[in-house]
Amino acid sequence: MLRDEDRIFTNLYGYQDFGLEGARKRGDWDNTASILANGREWIIEQVKESGLRGRGGAGFSTGMKWSFMPKNVTDKPVYLVINADEGEPGTCKDRDILRHDPHKLIEGCLIAGFAIGASACYIYIRGEFYNEGSNVQRAIDEAYAAGLIGKNACGTGYDYDVYIHRGAGAYICGEETALIESIEGKKGQPRNKPPFPAQAGLYSCPTTVNNVESIAVVPTILRRGASWFAGLGRPKNSGTKLFCISGHVNKPCNVEEEMGIPLKELIEKHAGGVRGGWDNLLGIIPGGSSVPVLPKSICDTVLMDFDSLREVQSGLGTAAVIVMDKSTDIVKAIARLSSFYAHESCGQCTPCREGTGWMSRVMQRMVTGNARMEEIDMLLQVTKQVEGHTICALGDAAAWPIQGLFRHFRPEVERRIQAYRNSAPLAAE
Amino acid sequence: MPKLTIDGIEIEVEPGTSILQACEQLGIEIPRFCYHERLSVPANCRMCLVEMERAPKPVASCAMPCGDGMVVRTNSETVLKARKGVMEFLLINHPLDCPICDQGGECDLQDQAMAYGFDRGRYGENKRAVEDKYMGPVIKTIMTRCIHCTRCIRFINEVAGVPDVGAVYRGEHMEITTFVEKAIGSELSGNLADVCPVGALTHKPYAFTARPWELRKTETVDVLDAVGSNIRVDARGPEVMRVLPRVNDDINEEWLSDKSRYSYDGLKRQRLDRPYIRQNGKLVPASWTEAFTAIAARLKGLSGNRIAAISGDLVDVEAQFALKELLSRLGSTSLDCRQDGARFDTSVRAGYLFNSGIAGIEKADVILLVGTNPRWEGTLVNARIRKRYLAGGVTIASIGEQRDLTYPYSVIGSGPETLQQLVDGSHAFSETLRAAKNPMVIVGMGAFQRPDGLAVQAAARLVGEVYGMFRDDWSGFNVLHTAAARVGGIEAGFVPGEGGRDIHGILDGASKGEIDFVYLLGADEIDTAKLGNAFVVYQGHHGDAGAHRADVILPGAAYTEKNAVYVNTEGRPQLARLAVFPPGEAREDWKIVRALSEVLGTTLPFDTHGQLRQRLMAANPIFGAVGEMTPASWAPFGAQGPMDTAPFVTPITNFYMTDPISRASVTMANCTEALVGPAQERTGTHG
Repeated sequence: MLRDEDRIFTNLYGYQDFGLEGARKRGDWDNTASILANGREWIIEQVKESGLRGRGGAGFSTGMKWSFMPKNVTDKPVYLVINADEGEPGTCKDRDILRHDPHKLIEGCLIAGFAIGASACYIYIRGEFYNEGSNVQRAIDEAYAAGLIGKNACGTGYDYDVYIHRGAGAYICGEETALIESIEGKKGQPRNKPPFPAQAGLYSCPTTVNNVESIAVVPTILRRGASWFAGLGRPKNSGTKLFCISGHVNKPCNVEEEMGIPLKELIEKHAGGVRGGWDNLLGIIPGGSSVPVLPKSICDTVLMDFDSLREVQSGLGTAAVIVMDKSTDIVKAIARLSSFYAHESCGQCTPCREGTGWMSRVMQRMVTGNARMEEIDMLLQVTKQVEGHTICALGDAAAWPIQGLFRHFRPEVERRIQAYRNSAPLAAE
Repeated sequence: MPKLTIDGIEIEVEPGTSILQACEQLGIEIPRFCYHERLSVPANCRMCLVEMERAPKPVASCAMPCGDGMVVRTNSETVLKARKGVMEFLLINHPLDCPICDQGGECDLQDQAMAYGFDRGRYGENKRAVEDKYMGPVIKTIMTRCIHCTRCIRFINEVAGVPDVGAVYRGEHMEITTFVEKAIGSELSGNLADVCPVGALTHKPYAFTARPWELRKTETVDVLDAVGSNIRVDARGPEVMRVLPRVNDDINEEWLSDKSRYSYDGLKRQRLDRPYIRQNGKLVPASWTEAFTAIAARLKGLSGNRIAAISGDLVDVEAQFALKELLSRLGSTSLDCRQDGARFDTSVRAGYLFNSGIAGIEKADVILLVGTNPRWEGTLVNARIRKRYLAGGVTIASIGEQRDLTYPYSVIGSGPETLQQLVDGSHAFSETLRAAKNPMVIVGMGAFQRPDGLAVQAAARLVGEVYGMFRDDWSGFNVLHTAAARVGGIEAGFVPGEGGRDIHGILDGASKGEIDFVYLLGADEIDTAKLGNAFVVYQGHHGDAGAHRADVILPGAAYTEKNAVYVNTEGRPQLARLAVFPPGEAREDWKIVRALSEVLGTTLPFDTHGQLRQRLMAANPIFGAVGEMTPASWAPFGAQGPMDTAPFVTPITNFYMTDPISRASVTMANCTEALVGPAQERTGTHG
């Protein structure tokens, strides 16, 4: 279990002042200039060594991502974009950073921006996060007033601006290239890659897009050393992570924990256990709505990190743990997620536009069992036709929950179909 | 030069080539819907997925640039499965209404479903239905058929430069729309139906009229402006059913303006299908012999200086050449093909041609428009300027009116005095021109259709000289004509000869009674009231202004009804080909002139089209180089002199109605009502 002195987000619950003064008491903005004085290469090297993997869901090495940015100054400006469009159902970690610890994020923006040679940073905040955005704006204003960002940031001679851009409520705008399009004032639709944002991102300039949490942990990593961060968790899955535990637990919460903590321990220790006891558990979605659900048998032993969850054909995602006890209608739950993805598909590319609606409709019928047995395999084929064929990962995200459902709960669906046929034999044929 | 392997074949391609293009070079077919080679690449249809080694997922070949050492497979199990999957998705919400769809038989979706699709559907849910949108008088929409390839959005935003079409809503509910219920304000809107791979956008005038396999296709050229767009005329029996663009990268690429495309219904209305003679103030039908006899009777004993001829905007080279020969045999040198009254020097070719070529616009870095509204005078020239603008690094300025040309430009003056200032170097824009590598000036008819036309031409020439537009490696002096017949007429010598009158002289003379006989060869844009008491012969295909005034009408052939040469504004001779026969007793125009010459006793020395063309080539060798631009050599032209201060005014007031054919077209009338001029209040009698 994570020791208190190893916590990065010391004001996660907002018990203290989120402003600059409070942040300074917690150690933020402590001689940031000396961190920057080590130079760009050093910062990127340290972040690489720390083993920090992107906290937005894909788990790509953050240091590696930064190293893709052009090394030499060209005539084009370079941008850092912070993805604060936290919309994944079940996830609420960035929200607490934004409203209770915004200075961690802004200091991280400065350091990350410096490391990639950016001239400005855009924080794309989900539109629904009104108060959170206001807190960030206040923190930015404070940082400007204190000379921490802006012209000659922290007295280093480096000019750096931070802006807020508010979203308007589309889930897809959390996809990095759709987010860039949205900042540019266009319809939020993901771009085809290549070119990747590091080559041509915001306004066709080299851009790095990072999750709020990935950036907010960077100052602490650099202060306490890469080896400290790398020493937490498991190899290749190092550091601490914010977990958002929701659903059928006694005390839903956000908590910072070490990577690789057993799922069962996480829930028992921090969330007061599953409602009605661990044996009342039906299944858990371990990483936000887009990853496949796990049945209790796997939840008993699985560790919460990128690689362990991948081994059981799920994923850490945003570490939004959605717990479902035996009172849950699991088919209905997944059908609800399906309709969410059908609703949020941007409509740009064919498999996702047409496939999400199709999957959602079939899922709705499966809830009552109003389907034919062979439609289960057809539905799985459709998910395979969507998965991996789309521009962005929303297609995959729509396919995985359904695949997870049938991987572990297929008998339940078959039972419903059979029951429906028995009750209304004519209608079924 | 990246080297890659596609299906086991090694190929080396230019850097920046996409995998799809490399496959095309190898002759490997990759199905696609959203990809269009002249539009940006969104990679959203996902039909062109291929398998690439070391890539975790199939990649969209249209958007993936070739890289060194790539190994691509286009026919593996994964690829075939991906294509089938995408095809199934496209079809689940596409109505199976091919039998009543106008795209049927030439539909990308139909063809590719046959080649790559499943043989049955598995989709049991309800299909999507989408409300149709109003897109103006020429585009019919059946939006349920839309597959959201976004070609139309990209075309209208990129090529046409009129951001009137876009997508609203998302996911399954995404709809292509004009945002607000209004006609698309572009002269290129017909191309939307061409780029649409399915039957969502079709040509409204063509709706339910024909099937592609019934049509006889003739490759020819357009004559409704001076651009000389290459077209294909599709006819069924004696009727032109539709007009489509043909690819010619030097001229129209693969686009066509709405006037050129949709005026064809004008070919069926107001036609002159038999000769007429005016008797007691009324035109009465006559035979060819009677008509010719009447002309011969009037010409008898008339001296050459009392005879004149004017040719119109749609006339081919052969007819003008034959009439010129006939007139010279009658002793007249008063003939002019500039019926619009433009005054410019025709003695030096460089002075009246679009010397850089339309494709040359892409090399210019400063473009100065003089007295022209290219959007209306040469829609595809304007599209080319926009293409140049999109490529970046060009400054565009105009002397004349402020109009929306679909790209940003500055109006640096309104009339000739600005030209003079540029010659002096006293104008602020001089600096820009001086710094330019390939400066270009495009002079429109608005600069020449004025009493000081020759002086304006000379001033424009001086601008060209001062700023280096006449170089061995660059000719930046361009004249944009408005009539397809004009350059051909000049090249064939249909201009005033020694002692002859020009258009102004002819009309002047006729109204004063100094000219007794005027031969109008398809000339309708003149002020017929000025013809006075002269005996007027009108030879042409439409009962328009000229025919109303005529004493004898000789029915000719429209551009779709004859084999003939037209020369576009670049000086490029092109062949128009017979797609349908002229109606009734109408005949090809040169034959009429030839037959008349026999009746007049001065038989012209050619009996066949071949012989006529031989003579034409002998008279001017440029007619031998069909499809080619013969470079014009440089010599001073124009006449320096005092210039008026009046501003330049574009000669076209209604893009959709500029000639007898488009004036007779119902579609063009609808376009005029929807898009030009103040909106008319709808009354109870509107449909």
